Amino acid sequence: MPTYTIEFLVVGLGVFMLLWEAFAAPKNKAKLALIGAAGLTVALVLLLMNMCCGCGMDVPAWMSRFYTTEGYAMFFKAFALVSTIIVLLMSYDFRSVLNRYTSNDNSCSNTGEFYTLPIFACAGLMWMASATDLVSIFVSLELVTITFYIMVAYMRRNVGSLEAGVKYLILGALSTGFLVYGIAWLYGAMGTTDLKVIAETLSPSSGWTNYPPLAEFADPSRHYALLFGLSLIILSLGFKVGAAPMQLWIPDVYQGAPTPITAFLSVASKAAGFGVAIAILTPFINSIEYGAKVKMILVVLAAATLLYGNLSALAQTNFKRLLAYSSIAHAGFMIMGMAAGAVEFVMIYLVTYLIMTFAAFFILGLVRVQDDSDEISAFDGLAKRNPHLGLAMTIIMAGMAGVPLTAGFVGKLLMFTAAIGSVPMIVIIIAIISAAAGFYYYFKIIRAIYWHVPKTDKPLEVPCISKIAIIILTVATILVGVIPNIAENIVKFSL
Amino acid sequence: MLLALILIPILAAVGIYFGAPARLTALGAAVANIVVAIIAIMANSVFSVEVMSSLEINLSLGFAKDGISIVMLLLAVIVTFAAVFSGSAPEGREKLWFSSILLISAGAIGAFISRDLFFFFAFHELALIPTFLMIGMLGRGDRKEVAWKTTIYLAFGSMVLLVGLLMVVNDIGSFSMDALRPIAAEQQNTVALLLIIGFGTLVSLFPFHSWAAPAYASAPAPVAMLHAGVLKKFGLYGLIVVGYKVAPDGMAHWLPLLLVLLLCNIIWVGLITINQKRVDLMLGNSSVMHMGYIFLAIAALVDNGSSFAMQAAVLLMFAHGISIAMSFCLADRIEAKTGSLELNQLGGLAKAAPTLAFLFGLVGMASIGLPGLANFAGEIMVFFSGFEGWEPADGLGAVQIATIIAIWGVVISAVYMLRAFRHIFQGDTSSRTEDATDLGVCEKIPAILLAVILLVVGIYPNSILQFLP
Repeated sequence: MPTYTIEFLVVGLGVFMLLWEAFAAPKNKAKLALIGAAGLTVALVLLLMNMCCGCGMDVPAWMSRFYTTEGYAMFFKAFALVSTIIVLLMSYDFRSVLNRYTSNDNSCSNTGEFYTLPIFACAGLMWMASATDLVSIFVSLELVTITFYIMVAYMRRNVGSLEAGVKYLILGALSTGFLVYGIAWLYGAMGTTDLKVIAETLSPSSGWTNYPPLAEFADPSRHYALLFGLSLIILSLGFKVGAAPMQLWIPDVYQGAPTPITAFLSVASKAAGFGVAIAILTPFINSIEYGAKVKMILVVLAAATLLYGNLSALAQTNFKRLLAYSSIAHAGFMIMGMAAGAVEFVMIYLVTYLIMTFAAFFILGLVRVQDDSDEISAFDGLAKRNPHLGLAMTIIMAGMAGVPLTAGFVGKLLMFTAAIGSVPMIVIIIAIISAAAGFYYYFKIIRAIYWHVPKTDKPLEVPCISKIAIIILTVATILVGVIPNIAENIVKFSL
Repeated sequence: MLLALILIPILAAVGIYFGAPARLTALGAAVANIVVAIIAIMANSVFSVEVMSSLEINLSLGFAKDGISIVMLLLAVIVTFAAVFSGSAPEGREKLWFSSILLISAGAIGAFISRDLFFFFAFHELALIPTFLMIGMLGRGDRKEVAWKTTIYLAFGSMVLLVGLLMVVNDIGSFSMDALRPIAAEQQNTVALLLIIGFGTLVSLFPFHSWAAPAYASAPAPVAMLHAGVLKKFGLYGLIVVGYKVAPDGMAHWLPLLLVLLLCNIIWVGLITINQKRVDLMLGNSSVMHMGYIFLAIAALVDNGSSFAMQAAVLLMFAHGISIAMSFCLADRIEAKTGSLELNQLGGLAKAAPTLAFLFGLVGMASIGLPGLANFAGEIMVFFSGFEGWEPADGLGAVQIATIIAIWGVVISAVYMLRAFRHIFQGDTSSRTEDATDLGVCEKIPAILLAVILLVVGIYPNSILQFLP
């Protein structure tokens, strides 16, 4: 089966489920999440089969202008599918909170769309991974973003969720504006929106002769136009991945959004942002003319992001907000890796980040459902209420902090390895301070789990799906930490 | 074989978590590890498996030719056994207690037998979380604050260290510790400083020492024994097998700074130690102070490059590891018998507990450096190594002057140790010491084991030195 049909399959699945929900909804609408996850698993299996046999990679001529299966596309497609499947499973166990905030009688009557929207976002993310033209990037990005506007504000009877939705909408629209405006300037300067052509034109070997309009590149005004357009695009990508100074939306939106959606935002959406950033920026980083400039912008972004994310996380008392700042901090590390040109290391980092973040959100979701709180204090005495869950959370937090022999350390090690020698020493020092600060705020959770007295003695029940997911993700955190080859081979396999 | 050394304690910890009898399993694992360690050393086994191909990281374990890792491994398994044996877990917390001890031990063993910088660093860090939890949950006094302070200090030190190590890897192009060689000259100074600060923080080098004494005072006895006795030696081990190897000129560049800092460790912290009013704080500070001597041996190694200085450092590391572990073990017993560690609340304990008094006196003498005990052999070698290859015609160099000043540390040790002994065991009995009982059979075993080792190594230092060519 050709790879490009898998996106159609995913969209078809979404449409089918919407219709089904409208005309023949099951009594318990949360079941839609399971069906969606099953459907996406089929899509994932098809994708993996294609990757294994290397077949179905051909793209018909009418699509090839906008679509590719080469490069990092397959990795980010699989990444989007895996994240969406996990998010849907997480939504299933999160249903009681969702019901409470969507209807007056705690019924599931208004939650149907919630379980189908992630599928559309997934289709957008997959297309984005394959997009080779600024226009198709923009369109797929919009499909993802607009779906997210709805999902973030989905708990309509919850003020926090609404507030998050409005903030995300306004700032998201602003960043979209930046992106379109930047694309327009880039088009004005280069005469094309095709990234392949842009890459060829900018490549050092071409000598500016490949593409007719660029013969006029000697004209400095075009040069500035290109740089201006590029910086606007970087700004809007910075918004996507949560890089300072475009990170302001993250804490509020992450805190207000339903927990599975927060997880989705912080993993899949961020990864897609990095995927697009790699696709757009790589030609510029590789060019002689712009390489140093783009790298410098990235280095500054990385330093600011690391500082902001880690220092703000120190004072947080709300765990969801803490994870929001931590996601900014992780983005800072990955931007540092990008600035060093280590794209594959960034992808390994993303794999480790997916494992740990989803595990943390699974546990947070459980606590939210049963204690109705996202505060760190809700984790007080978790070790007494459920020792196994407490241990899992300890491992996850140690991983996030980057304690060796966990997945998180592998990621940080790779970023430092890449950065030393290719980014300025001051940024590395900032990264060290940030990583040390990370120990403080992640260990705050461990402290709450073991040192503090629980408010209730009520044991924390873990539903079946969450239990399996948490066990798998926790074991993966350690396995990848001890044998980093696992994560590396996943990335290599997808290339 | 070598992998088993790490896996036995980890698997035992997992087993304990899932309900195996805690004390028995832990003891079994500790004994098994001693046996396995001896076999592995005799067989000189190696183990290697690749875990990350793009950076060429291997999980490779083995003993370097310089033999330091053999001595450190012996120290680790012996102290682990004593730590598991001594002290008693609080009611209902046996799982956490014993699995933490085993995990700390696994981390220390792993760090000492790794032949790859990645795992060398990683295994040491593995011990951080159980230490944090143990101090924070089962410690004494301001345990939470102390646990925080310790963790942040150690995490910061580790991060600095990590960057230093990565710069080394970047230059050499391999994580393998067998490939270590002097790096490019222009980087040596930076790397050496990073390594001195990084490793130094982990070994409580002045001025990064203030975490150590409160941490050891607050920590449950086995953790203090393992950390002060074994884990802390990681930093010194690292400075010798990594720092000196990759940046000999850089270390020489920072030698004056190192000398000043280590003298601060010996004299400054020594004077602080004299002022302590609690046994545990005194022991914690004394352990910080004694690190100064080992740094002095490293300074001598950098200065004159003699293998004698290296032997001195390693012998003293071993001797100090055993003696400080024994001290903390006995201090814990004193508290168990009398309910207090305040010097002015104790007195005359020797009447009620003569064995305890004898053993504490023995280890006190050892840490002062009485001939016939292991520490004496180490310290005397350190002082000699400062003058190794020195000709009177040269005049006194910085290292020689530092050595002469450092010798006064012995006097300081004598002051605080003898004073502590007098306050605890002699004089009039207090209400706390009147009804105290002497050590039971089980309590004697770890202390006597450590005491015998101190004596054997003291009388026949070659038992350790034979491993060091």
